[in-house]
Amino acid sequence: MSAPATHLFQAKPSFARTAEKGVFWLFRSAAYLVLLCGALVFADIVIKGAPAVFTTTFPFVNTVFLTEAPESLYVFEHEGAKREMGDREFRAFREQEAAKAAAQGRKAPEIKATSFVYSAGGIFPCIVGTVLLVVGSMTIALTLGVASAIYLSEYARQSPLVSFIRLAILNLAGVPSIVFGLFGMGMFVIFLEWNVSLLAGWFTLAFMVLPVVITASEESLKSVPKGFREGSLALGATKWQTIRKAVLPYALPGILTSSILGIARVAGETAPIMFTAAYVVRDKLPWEGLQHAGDFFFQGVMALPYHIYVVSSKIPQNEYTERVQYGTAFVFLFIVALIAATSIALRNKLRGRYKW
Amino acid sequence: MSAPTFSASMDPSTKSIRTTSPSPTAPEGKPSAAVAPTLIDIENLDFHYGATKALHGITLKVPDRQVTAFIGPSGCGKSTLLRCLNRMNDLIDGTRIGAGSIKIRGVDIYQRDVDVIELRKRVGMVFQKSNPFPKSIYENITYGLRLQGIKDKGRLDEVVEKSLRGAALWDEVKDRLHASGLGLSGGQQQRLCIARTIAVEPEIILMDEPCSALDPIATAKVEELIHELKLKYTIVIVTHNMQQAARCSDKTAFFYLGKLVEFAPTRTIFMNPENPQTEAYVSGRFG
Repeated sequence: MSAPATHLFQAKPSFARTAEKGVFWLFRSAAYLVLLCGALVFADIVIKGAPAVFTTTFPFVNTVFLTEAPESLYVFEHEGAKREMGDREFRAFREQEAAKAAAQGRKAPEIKATSFVYSAGGIFPCIVGTVLLVVGSMTIALTLGVASAIYLSEYARQSPLVSFIRLAILNLAGVPSIVFGLFGMGMFVIFLEWNVSLLAGWFTLAFMVLPVVITASEESLKSVPKGFREGSLALGATKWQTIRKAVLPYALPGILTSSILGIARVAGETAPIMFTAAYVVRDKLPWEGLQHAGDFFFQGVMALPYHIYVVSSKIPQNEYTERVQYGTAFVFLFIVALIAATSIALRNKLRGRYKW
Repeated sequence: MSAPTFSASMDPSTKSIRTTSPSPTAPEGKPSAAVAPTLIDIENLDFHYGATKALHGITLKVPDRQVTAFIGPSGCGKSTLLRCLNRMNDLIDGTRIGAGSIKIRGVDIYQRDVDVIELRKRVGMVFQKSNPFPKSIYENITYGLRLQGIKDKGRLDEVVEKSLRGAALWDEVKDRLHASGLGLSGGQQQRLCIARTIAVEPEIILMDEPCSALDPIATAKVEELIHELKLKYTIVIVTHNMQQAARCSDKTAFFYLGKLVEFAPTRTIFMNPENPQTEAYVSGRFG
């Protein structure tokens, strides 16, 4: 009989070892499941959206889609071939055909075309609108958010009132975004008479991300070692000098991390801007036809998420609207990734400079 | 800001610092303090953290330009008392002085019209855990001066060299003034903090267990430095290390459970203490 080779540290089966394995696989499969779902969503958008954005011929990017305003698409049969044309192109074509017919002394042929709203042209005004909304609302949210976080964590005495304010802020994060939209409409659009405007959208979106910004800013302020504050105060600095020179610079990377999440949310929200800032369609770009510089803030804009919503809600769905939807979603993802990457790069640069 | 009594008397522009309003309690210095005049006069001080009373009726006179050590077991209130001297305890919610007073050159530093900023410029502090800012050595030292609005490069350079020499750090760092202060060793960091403190020319330097995180060699350097510093500054040092108190202080105060048990010249405390508790503590029988 060959005795099993045993030694002092011989592995033996036990409940703890089995549980260890089970838990490991549970966590691992959970992580992979999340990854899979995310990948599927991305793949869907990329596969369906990329054809609208990229072309097979030089310059490989659909410049019309990225630089022009949306138009109606006309699809018709002409001389046995199926033709797709945007609004302006179609009108020119019709006139040209009529002129040709007139020259030949015929009656102008009637072209029977099916039209699809917003399925031609591009989404440039939406891109501009979304970028403006993100930049403006994040500026407001960061200014207000960091200021209140500084007050709450550095100045305010820890009292029941402050705890209550914190709780209220956290609760604000759970309010559905449509409620923010309705609040924005009531407060900014109607009461303050800002109408449907960039400014109203900025403030509505800013209030929506404020809880995230405040909570995260407070956390990052708290993670700055107490020694920095004491060291600075002991050298005769005022509280504000201490915060500005010995606390805020070191909390900034953390605050930026939170604002990256905020950016993604602000850029993607449809409900809050639906009543406050977004136009279904607008011919002028935000900087065109301004009477005063101040008018800039009081104009509505088109926005990517709202455009997706508008196009998707056209019934019946068809290959033409789908192309615009997914193309828009693809561009949207790309822009959010771009803004987020910029913030991450900035954060990493700051982190390198302010390491302890 | 109406010139408060304290900042008026501590105005840096008046080269020699004198008391503008001599306190009635000042002249009654005890014979033991006759050698060196009293600088900090703590009288019957009660201090509370919320509902907890941390200091019970402390009365203590810290002599000018000497090293005074506070010793005692953890939680005895020695650090609390130290932090009262530059009002660092103000930063903690719910703390208050219950009774008594602290006077520096006869001025009650807890009276209403005291400018805490001015007080802290005059009463510098070195902390237990060295806390240089994550900036260059140069910026660490000029931090306090820049706060006061001093921008002149020549003046700043001069102060940096003077302070680093004063903290016996100049020779070690003179070639890398613009390197991060965090790149220094623990002992060097602590001396950098001392340099940063003396750069704003305080009169008093409070040290809260400055060597507790340092190795014996770094500790020896800091202690050597304390010996030099006491020629120009009044030093109050809190320490866990009784040998350290014995080595570098002129007077020692022993605290136990928030009360001052004994305050006497260091020699007396260690060789011939009056109180049996002090005797038990310094001989290592408890604490």
